[in-house]
Amino acid sequence: MDAKRGDWVRIRNVVLEVGQRSTSIPEDTQNVPLEMWVKGFLLDESANIGDKVKIETYIGRTVEGNLLEVNPYYKHDFGKFVPELLYIGRQARELLAKDGE
Amino acid sequence: MTRDMSYDAVMARRPEIMKEAVGIDYELFESGSVAFDYEKMMRETGYSLNEIEEIQGKTGVGNTPVLELRNLTELARKFAPKGKGARIFVKDEASNPSGSFKARRAATACYHAKKLGYKGVIAATSGNYGSAVASQAAMQGLKCIIVQECYDSRGVGQPEIIEKARACEAYGAEVVQLSVGPELFYTFLVLLEETGYFNASLYSPFGIAGVETLGYELSMEFREREGKDPDVVVITNAGGGNLTGTARGLIKAGATHTQIVGASVSLQGLHMASDTQFNKKSFTTGHTGFGIPYATWPDRSDVPRSAARPIRYIDRYVTMNQGSVFYMTELLAQIEGLERGPAGNTALTAAFKLAQEMDEDQIIVVQETEYTGAGKHINPQLTFARENGIKILIGDPSEEVPGENIILPKDPSYIKIEELDMNKNRKSLIRNAINHIHATKVTKEDLEFLVEETKSNMEFVKETLNELGVSY
Repeated sequence: MDAKRGDWVRIRNVVLEVGQRSTSIPEDTQNVPLEMWVKGFLLDESANIGDKVKIETYIGRTVEGNLLEVNPYYKHDFGKFVPELLYIGRQARELLAKDGE
Repeated sequence: MTRDMSYDAVMARRPEIMKEAVGIDYELFESGSVAFDYEKMMRETGYSLNEIEEIQGKTGVGNTPVLELRNLTELARKFAPKGKGARIFVKDEASNPSGSFKARRAATACYHAKKLGYKGVIAATSGNYGSAVASQAAMQGLKCIIVQECYDSRGVGQPEIIEKARACEAYGAEVVQLSVGPELFYTFLVLLEETGYFNASLYSPFGIAGVETLGYELSMEFREREGKDPDVVVITNAGGGNLTGTARGLIKAGATHTQIVGASVSLQGLHMASDTQFNKKSFTTGHTGFGIPYATWPDRSDVPRSAARPIRYIDRYVTMNQGSVFYMTELLAQIEGLERGPAGNTALTAAFKLAQEMDEDQIIVVQETEYTGAGKHINPQLTFARENGIKILIGDPSEEVPGENIILPKDPSYIKIEELDMNKNRKSLIRNAINHIHATKVTKEDLEFLVEETKSNMEFVKETLNELGVSY
């Protein structure tokens, strides 16, 4: 069992299947489903990843979908080191210092 | 009775859902022809400038500091002819509660929703507006749902959009994340219908009137500080609301001689609704993918008539590459000590170049900054670009190919802007307005409307209509 009632979880479901999508959008987008991700408290007694479940969102809406993640958290950060940026400040400071003294 | 929730059925219910969710009967402003009464819409459904100042003041929105960027000005002058190089200023909108000027729009929309008795607000946005609405909803005790276009079909999302989701959740909002595609609007309508919440659209008269205080403040601050209005105000342009609201505010202050310049990052060649190209762009806002389509057909938004109509106010419209904006973002931190997100720095990039055409005693203002942080900083954005196969180069920005590389200018002299042909945009606006109602003949009222709508003249409008084979 991956999650029990009341756990904070993330679910996923399909809003529009391939074939139901708007024909006025690029082909690559038409060839994939329109998916949706929502977070909330698990309403089922217990569930495993992949199970169809019901959740109550933070504001109290009930949404159905497949259980994707328990205790979801943000993994975005400040990125990796980008050496290409290093010249910018030094070069500008040098240009400003030239006849500034 | 169960309602038909199929795509077509929900889309067909759009007019009634919208009427419920915005509380505006847009038909009151329609002429039945091309023209609609824009000013009447702004007047009768909006608030006076004083009322908005009061509404915004209650939640700490507005009255943001104006900062002179002395080092950046000095640097610009090194690459300008003698006597040229206007003083560059920035309005630090990042000091609004949610970290961007969008708090101005959200404050009025949420106030209005609360006044009309709605229990919650919904907004469709992947950007700063989401956190602004979530923040204002929290302050006003409203529930909030933000609908985001977030991931491609591999489940990969841009760090900037994911950071906005985090901010929305921090303010207690529910975030509904979707994969790429304009059918987001379907989910948006379903949510409005299900919850009965207010559509805190970016394009309602309240939202746009909320930005008018920004333009008004600029005029007042510069009159007090420098004894005159700014000569030029540069505005990052995406959906057009920032530009429209700021320009209207300046006009309301009587600053009719201030030139309005729109600035967008050029993403030529990338399709905004393409699943595979979605993560190939390194800008989530302030780019031509929003800027051009919304400017030339404002009513493609989520309300029947958009209050954001930038072509009515734009004097010049310039574009630049992505690399130059990343460069200016780094420069702003390095020599001005201001670490801010990239959106406002689009206008800053334009200002750096435009200042070099202007006289030394003139004033150019960048009217916006936005907060930065994990995901929204240039480092994660460039890291993400690199992970999606985009090359990061240092060289001549004019050689940048969106979706293939990002070129940081070799030195400040390589910062370049491109002039967009405004008459071309004006013509396409007229074409879109005509095509929308399949008009073959227009009225005298329509002609006058199109002159206003395109900030042109009767001769230009008539000439364009002749080309389209439309009689008048």
